[in-house]
Amino acid sequence: MRYLVLLILLLAPFGILAREWEDQQVFGSSDRPPLRILSSTDTSFFAPIIEDFIAMSPNTSVEYFVTGTVELDQMFRAAPDQFDVVISSAMDLQLKLANDGFSSTVMNVDHPDWAQWHNSLFAFTSEPAAIVINRKAFDGLNIPGRRQDLIQLMRDHPDRFQGRVGTYDVRQSGLGYLFATQDARATETYWRLTEVMGRVGAKLYCCSGQMIDDLRSGDLIMAYNVLGSYAQAQAAISDDLMVILPSEFPTTMMRTILASAAAPDPQRAHRFVRHLLQLQSIGDPTIFPLPPLAVSEDFQTQRTINLDPALMTYLDQMKREAFIREWEDAIVQVD
Amino acid sequence: MTANVIVSGSLRNRLAIILTGGAALLALVLYLVVRALAAQVAQQGQDNILSASMSSVLDTAVIRDGRVMLDFPYSSFSMLNTQADDRVFYAIYEGETLLSGYDWLVVPDDLAPENTVFETTTINGDQLRVATGSRVLIGSDGPRNVSVSIAQTQDALSNTLNGISRNVAFLGLGFFLMSSALAIWAASTTSGQMRRLTTSVTRRGPQDLSPVTKAVPSEMAPLVGSLNTFMSRLDHTLTQSEDFIAEAAHRIRTPLATVRSHAEATLQRVDREDNRKSLQAMVRAIDESSRTAGQLLDHAMVTFRAENLEMSQVDLADLLQELVLGMTPVAEMKDITITMKVESPATLLGDAILLQNALRNLIDNALKYAPAETSLLVEVSRSPTLSVSVYDEGQGFAPDEIETLSGRFVRGKNMGNKVGSGLGLTIAQEVAVAHGGKLTLSNRPEGGACVTLFF
Repeated sequence: MRYLVLLILLLAPFGILAREWEDQQVFGSSDRPPLRILSSTDTSFFAPIIEDFIAMSPNTSVEYFVTGTVELDQMFRAAPDQFDVVISSAMDLQLKLANDGFSSTVMNVDHPDWAQWHNSLFAFTSEPAAIVINRKAFDGLNIPGRRQDLIQLMRDHPDRFQGRVGTYDVRQSGLGYLFATQDARATETYWRLTEVMGRVGAKLYCCSGQMIDDLRSGDLIMAYNVLGSYAQAQAAISDDLMVILPSEFPTTMMRTILASAAAPDPQRAHRFVRHLLQLQSIGDPTIFPLPPLAVSEDFQTQRTINLDPALMTYLDQMKREAFIREWEDAIVQVD
Repeated sequence: MTANVIVSGSLRNRLAIILTGGAALLALVLYLVVRALAAQVAQQGQDNILSASMSSVLDTAVIRDGRVMLDFPYSSFSMLNTQADDRVFYAIYEGETLLSGYDWLVVPDDLAPENTVFETTTINGDQLRVATGSRVLIGSDGPRNVSVSIAQTQDALSNTLNGISRNVAFLGLGFFLMSSALAIWAASTTSGQMRRLTTSVTRRGPQDLSPVTKAVPSEMAPLVGSLNTFMSRLDHTLTQSEDFIAEAAHRIRTPLATVRSHAEATLQRVDREDNRKSLQAMVRAIDESSRTAGQLLDHAMVTFRAENLEMSQVDLADLLQELVLGMTPVAEMKDITITMKVESPATLLGDAILLQNALRNLIDNALKYAPAETSLLVEVSRSPTLSVSVYDEGQGFAPDEIETLSGRFVRGKNMGNKVGSGLGLTIAQEVAVAHGGKLTLSNRPEGGACVTLFF
């Protein structure tokens, strides 16, 4: 019995890690504890970055955990000392973490002011939310350029779209919620679009990856607010997929990284953050396969979500309840 | 002349210190006041934004389906965005119940509706400014009190304040430097007036005791007035002393001369040996008295004149020649020969009357103490400095007295039955000192005394 208690006590810190991960991978080997990265980004995108980091700093191993943005936020809040670095596409959740003091300040970082907050939260990608269609299934239909075109198409051909439209389930996905709230803030069209998608029985997804899989297989004809970067990567392989950035404005998200304030080795965590930002600024696609921060002219036309405290608005309990109720009213058809 | 004035501080320095000290104090006060004002203004700015944010949240409070709902706009928080990325916290309460936000952000109890309360608290070492307001909503079940607190860290505020502080510090420093320059200028201008008066008084000749006629600032008028009064009194006193010395010389010498001539006349008529001896002693005493009176007057005059030398070019050779010539009859009475040895030119800038007095006393002394049928050497030498030495062939000075002999009324032991006042060497010494020189006494190795006046 005594041994059992001891065993439980010993394993307790690892309890948090004993859960189901979307992916979990160890890079490099070292006699020191690994750098633990909690991320919502698929391992394939981060593997070259981590390998480059290990090559630069010998005797370092990295453990990479992947989970959804909402779960990620909850897990990190519950055990901030279990992770060194947190990477997420849910800018609002990340900003709230930094605001609530979970992040540590990384000094001497040469990074544009608009892409960082409080010297502790750093954006390193620009990724628009896209409309992705299955070209084959779309045969004979006009390729939509704007959200308005999409509404028109679904109204004109409800039979073609019925049950074959996908979007994020904003209740499950932090990123989906961020895209939805930012869309709703920008245009009234979002609610009409949501309503029309609800009428054609839209399927709700937790993640962009699954949406893209279903598009490829032809289960979906169209998906809205898919993460452009993932879709582009798949479209490069499959001719069927077509990625459309809404021409009136593509809602653009920036992936962010923060170093945990409770990290066991803060200097190593800071080093990783600096390394990542440096790779971003170099922008070599073989090492940094994610879309780097948009600094070109099209940055003006893209609607990039600002890193500022207003991101916390829709995280408010009451606001969230109200928004989700409205969203459910629009998309979940009772009949 | 300033050597024997007790100096305590300097007016100029005192003035400069008071003025620069004042400037420093004013600069410091300026810095503190402006900084406090800036802090107040900056705080006011933050309070206004917090208040606006809080109102925009509170304004959205409605009762829907029996529940208090707040659907506040995106701008409520985006207006709180600052350059320093200040952190933002908020709490929405209905009565004592937290509706949403951060539970540790406690709403103050004494909250009057339609009134915004500002507080400063600390979270994990960061300063936090909190604005709280409340509103009463009337529901079907009665009034319901909703309160909203919006809090923000003060990084941007303190950055602004630091910037202002730095600028104000430079302003204060500039103010201080300018004031100091002004202070130093004012102090030296003021003390310049004093210095000009001092110069005009110092530059006067020794006999010039006329009042100061130059215009002076009103503050210095009493001092200059007193100085003028003092100088006129001094002038008066000096004139009186001169008169007194002349009067005393006259009053003493004339009756003595009369007494002496009577004694001489009587001596001619008296035949008895003991009476003649008494009379001869009397004549000798009268001579000594006359000499002493003369020396006393000489000394008084030397003392007086030494303060105010009347300088002119004096040729020592001429002076001595004249003196020796005058004393030759006395010397011949004792069969003493006076020899002179002069290295010319032997001129110096000095008071002729005093020098004559001094040298006469030296030769007089030597004649007095030298034994009969000896010789006396008066030598003027130019190296190492101009000096006059008188050598005799007498007994010389007692070695233990050499240091003290030139003191007033001090007489040597080796003088036997000679009568004297003890003033001769004192007079010579005082004259030497008045001319910036000294008097030394020594014994010659071959016997005899040597008195030297160095100039």
